[in-house]
Amino acid sequence: MTLTIANLSAGYGRTNVLQDVTVTDIPPGAFVGLIGPNAAGKSTLFKTIAGLITPSKGAITIAGEDVTCLGRKDRAKRVAYMPQAYGCNALLSVFESVLLALKQTTGWRVNDDNLDRVSDTLHALGLSHLANRGVADLSGGQAQMVAVAQTIVRAPDVILLDEPTSALDLHHQLSILTSIRNEMDRKKPVVMAALHDLNLAAKFCDRLVLLRDGAILADGKPEHILALPQIEETYRVLTDLERTQRNVLYVDARLAHIHPRGEAIVRQ
Amino acid sequence: MTLNVDPVALRHDYVARVARRYGVIAAVFGLLCLSFLLDITTGPGGYSLSTIAEVLFDPMSHGARLKVIVWDYRLPVAVTAVLVGALLAVAGAQMQTILNNPLAEPFTLGVSAAASFGASLAIVLGISVIPAVGPLLVTVNAFVFALFTCGFILLATRIKGVGSETMILFGIAIFFTFSALLALMQYMASEDQIARIVFWMMGSLSRASWEKIGLGTILLCFAIPFSLYRTWPMTALRMGETTAQSMGVDVGRLRVEMLICISLLAATAVSFVGTVGFVGLVGPHIARMLVGEDQRYFVPLSALVGALVLSLTSLISKTITPGIIYPIGIITSLIGVPIFISIILSSRRERLQ
Repeated sequence: MTLTIANLSAGYGRTNVLQDVTVTDIPPGAFVGLIGPNAAGKSTLFKTIAGLITPSKGAITIAGEDVTCLGRKDRAKRVAYMPQAYGCNALLSVFESVLLALKQTTGWRVNDDNLDRVSDTLHALGLSHLANRGVADLSGGQAQMVAVAQTIVRAPDVILLDEPTSALDLHHQLSILTSIRNEMDRKKPVVMAALHDLNLAAKFCDRLVLLRDGAILADGKPEHILALPQIEETYRVLTDLERTQRNVLYVDARLAHIHPRGEAIVRQ
Repeated sequence: MTLNVDPVALRHDYVARVARRYGVIAAVFGLLCLSFLLDITTGPGGYSLSTIAEVLFDPMSHGARLKVIVWDYRLPVAVTAVLVGALLAVAGAQMQTILNNPLAEPFTLGVSAAASFGASLAIVLGISVIPAVGPLLVTVNAFVFALFTCGFILLATRIKGVGSETMILFGIAIFFTFSALLALMQYMASEDQIARIVFWMMGSLSRASWEKIGLGTILLCFAIPFSLYRTWPMTALRMGETTAQSMGVDVGRLRVEMLICISLLAATAVSFVGTVGFVGLVGPHIARMLVGEDQRYFVPLSALVGALVLSLTSLISKTITPGIIYPIGIITSLIGVPIFISIILSSRRERLQ
């Protein structure tokens, strides 16, 4: 099911965080990486797609159908969103927590099919050994994997993962993203993940969207996006030495009438 | 890290766990039945269980005197204990869930303070909120004030946005307001009236009547199925508000629905027996330790544990000093607290069964 976001503006109260965001035609089975600095509007975009925030303008369509007018439950059937902050003190087992994610959109009674789906999802993500563990007793990384399982188990058209790897070590970052890719090959959902690690983004994503200050700065294949000057501008962490060098260059830049803020010069 | 277990084994584990939970619920129900029977049998007169049982099935079998003792006195008290225990525990369980706070119980939101003030208003000034209620003056006043408090919180949170912190803060504010008003009432009251207010606040099952029992039963018959109907969203809420929302739960609406449900339960329970603290806290906590927080098992078991606790309290209040029935509010706290603390301490290791 193709996902399209058209001219989306949304925010909290009267402040608009997203301005006219358009991401067209994300085909089923595509893994889109959403990159951008903190406070770029990544979570807001996800929340808007998931229906937690009502957009002030624009449309979100899945397979041509506008989902902004769907009720919460129907919306949650189509779009599964994994929020960023995770961790709870509930006395529930991992199995139960994944089951309850599934039961929000299916009937009241737990049937055999439900149990099979939960077991299979946990197995596919390599979480079976945690099934009887309490969710409150998990490590940060384990909790994150369980949260991913909670979205995948619902077999939605669109999966939105807000920083799915932020609490994981490198080994688990790779393994969780590989598991997600494997799941995608089976069920062909659209997956959008907010990622901070550009190496991971380059390795796993079919497409990258660069968001800054609530607007889309760039959208395209990872090799193109990661070569853009805006990436360096956004992600470059300056060392003291670099800053000194840049100041020196900045003087030259003013003389040469290049970019007044200096970032273009670093690339010379 | 252990090996990745086979999916079939996972299913079996879960099914076994569910079976264990039904076992726990059945066991607590059995204990409740036992406690209920003992409660009816215990008391001055020393009638045997078989005599009491015969009177239960055939009221006139042992004469009119025993019929009055069993049917008009002991049975209403025993049933009220079970009913009020269940009402308070279900209210406490839901409150803890929607406020995401293990300390929440019907008194956190100032419900009991409001009810006490309502009762004192009736006792001291004879003012009735609803006219022409006659002998039910105190009960009705307590109920109206408790319900009014919940309604106020509901409105306030509607305006301010339904956050759990906001609700707790409002509850605390209301608690202090009504405590102050209650103190004012006591200041104005005569000695006799103060005695009545204090007695009301201690909580007593001797105010039991079949009419109250009928009303309470109807409420419980509505509240438990409703909670069960909302069981999946409520369980999701335990995963955190945003997570629940992301799963398609309308958290604001769920809170309001549940608050209305809790209001009715708590207001009814408090107006029936006065201030009985602790049951709304202890029932859900013990239930949680036994079956976790899947609300399908948690809510019914909370009701059963709450009922059991209050039924046992009723039994104890009669047996400490033969011939004297102590106010249950005193017993629940004095005997319940040490037991509760020992349970918490002993079960800290095995958090999830």
